[in-house]
Amino acid sequence: MIAFLTGPMLWVSLLVFFGGLTVRAVMYVRGLSWQLDRVAYKPHMARGLRGAVHSIRMWLIPGGTYGWRQQPFMAAGFFLFHIGAILLPLFLIGHQELLQMAFGFSLPTLPSSVADTLTVLAIIGGLMLAIRRIALPEVRILTTTYDWFILAISVAPFVTGFIARLHLGNYDFWLTCHILTGEAVLILAPFTKLSHIVLFFMSRGQLGMDYNIKRGGAKRETAFPW
Amino acid sequence: MPQGTFCNTTPIGTEDELKALLGDKGGAQYYEEMKELDVDSDAIAALLEKTCQSRIRTWLEICAHCGMCADSCFLYRVNDRDPKQVPAYKIQSTLGELVKKKGKVTNEFMRHCVDVAWSQCTCCNRCGMYCPHGIDMGVMFSYLRGILNSQGFVPWEMKIGSGMHRVYNAQMDVTTEDWIDTCEWMAEEYEEEWPGLEIPIDKEDADIMYTLNAREPKHYPEDLAEAAILFHLAGENWTVPSTGWEQTSLSMFAGDWAACKMQVESVYNAIEKLRPKRVIGTECGHAHRATVIEGPYWAGREDGLPPAPYIHYVEWVAEALRTGKIKIDPEKKIKEPVTLQDSCNYVRNHGLAKATREIMSYIAEDFREMGPNREHNYCCGGGGGFNGIGKYRKERNKALQTKRDQILATGCKLVIAPCHNCWDAIRDLEEEYEIGIRWSFLKPLLIKMAIVPDHLKLPEE
Ligand code: HEM
Ligand code: SF4
Ligand code: SF4
Ligand code: SF4
Repeated sequence: MIAFLTGPMLWVSLLVFFGGLTVRAVMYVRGLSWQLDRVAYKPHMARGLRGAVHSIRMWLIPGGTYGWRQQPFMAAGFFLFHIGAILLPLFLIGHQELLQMAFGFSLPTLPSSVADTLTVLAIIGGLMLAIRRIALPEVRILTTTYDWFILAISVAPFVTGFIARLHLGNYDFWLTCHILTGEAVLILAPFTKLSHIVLFFMSRGQLGMDYNIKRGGAKRETAFPW
Repeated sequence: MPQGTFCNTTPIGTEDELKALLGDKGGAQYYEEMKELDVDSDAIAALLEKTCQSRIRTWLEICAHCGMCADSCFLYRVNDRDPKQVPAYKIQSTLGELVKKKGKVTNEFMRHCVDVAWSQCTCCNRCGMYCPHGIDMGVMFSYLRGILNSQGFVPWEMKIGSGMHRVYNAQMDVTTEDWIDTCEWMAEEYEEEWPGLEIPIDKEDADIMYTLNAREPKHYPEDLAEAAILFHLAGENWTVPSTGWEQTSLSMFAGDWAACKMQVESVYNAIEKLRPKRVIGTECGHAHRATVIEGPYWAGREDGLPPAPYIHYVEWVAEALRTGKIKIDPEKKIKEPVTLQDSCNYVRNHGLAKATREIMSYIAEDFREMGPNREHNYCCGGGGGFNGIGKYRKERNKALQTKRDQILATGCKLVIAPCHNCWDAIRDLEEEYEIGIRWSFLKPLLIKMAIVPDHLKLPEE
């Protein structure tokens, strides 16, 4: 089972993930329209791209925007979860061994103490996001079963992986769960809200372009105050 | 009854139709008919297929349902944090449903969408600044209004407003003759006090072509005279066009995109005919939005720009003060504490916060900012057509409390509002809440403060 999951199944998952997300990104850009969006992308491309980069950058900095600063709990949950969600799959030593086996190369790895800390923080971050969904009326009204599913499936690889790592209970069982949920995330990403992994950059970039091309980019003396 | 006499999918085409619709006081019959109006699901589906592309589809899909946009919306805050006022909820439960159901919705649902689109969002675009994914509910509500409009689901006043544009090329019944008469009347009226004052009509190749809001010739002709006086004082070579002078677009609030195009093209045609070096629009926010920011796209201009450089009145005033074309008498500067309304339409959405601050530095001794301000300022409470819809008066009055409290917190009794809509909203908030404030456009204040050069003075003086 584990051999299959870390063999052919891993290949399939990665292919779906990278292939699917690339398609989503390309489709997004192709679906933009200067008439429908009312943004003259092409004639002002350079200014637009500056706005896009600024808009993405500010939102990736903790406390970089008014939004993050006004909602520190949300910001903490978001960054704790997402830092883990991005760094751990890429730089975990176990994952690198798989990469080495499959493709014959590997990336640098995180020391295990750092990896453990990031995992715990990511789980805490995920819990914080869950708490908001329950505690805040303005988030509760928006929350659907689908949101819970996405949050659960996203946090699951961290929880299961950590249990396996601590050798609590049956190691093989938890490892299998970890791999299954991890691959589920990869496979689901292009077809669900998880597509925001690339579409975040598209959407944020687009609004940055919109503001820098049409909504005052030529007039404002400083960059847009996100 | 699929189509009503008044409430139907046919836009107003003639003056008679417009007068008949106006005759239905308060839209009593109109709204009754709306209850029976058929929903053409296939047409909605086709429209969505064609126009709901990448940007909006992605917004609807990836919204994290995180609620970060809640606090950004003044309507959410002022309505006791009603979760039903969370921007993401408002749009997901209207446009989101419409897209999900591919237009297969009921009449009741459509009327619910009308209420949300016109009474729970002023299209101020503030929420888009606070959403981590950059999802702009203001843009989506404007889009939703267009869909509703295409099915005849639009508030009575909005149908009248865009009908006015279709019939008169202006938001009010001001004909070309009325307009020219008003220009001549104002020039004569004020010439005695300001020797040499003119309102030149259709002068070709002038430095400035001036465009305005039909309310000015219709109800506040002094505003036109004041514009003339200030251009006169500054020694500008300016003109107004005989047609294509109306800069506003109630059709934008109505979501009547065909009328928007007709309206803005009338202005662009005037620019092309008269070839001014640049165009200056009056102290109006949505007029600027309609003609300078969105207009080029309605008119199909690929560069997204009007045919000539087109600036807002505050940009011209800032320039005139900076270059000394207009000089302020230091004695007459505003001494009392004074605050300033940042119009979303040209501040958040066109980056002109600096121009108004520069003006304040010349004319006010104790200028106090509202908080928040500039790009982050709250809507006056009456934007996006909210001010003008009788059916939503109660909700609008509630919405005004945001601005009331912002003004009270500054301690100022004078508010400068270089935007017609904001000016109205602030007037109405004083009427409703009586907090003892005064409000003003820039023009009358500037005229009181400006130093009149000797050669323009009255001979007796
Ligand atoms: C570069 C990559 C990514 C970026 C820029 C990004 C960005 C965002 C943003 C802006 C949000 C909305 C705010 C929020 O609700 O927290 C969000 C939400 C979310 N993201 Fe990501 N994300 C990325 C990768 C991932 C990955 C790899 C996962 C899963 C493993 C993930 C799972 C989630 C989940 C579950 C939520 C919803 C959180 C909630 O319930 O409130 N994201 N992401
Ligand atoms: S802040 Fe953005 S992502 Fe979050 S609920 Fe509002 S619209 Fe959706
Ligand atoms: S555009 Fe303004 S009024 Fe509309 S939902 Fe967003 S913040 Fe609220
Ligand atoms: S009326 Fe003024 S403050 Fe209100 S939405 Fe329009 S521009 Fe903004």
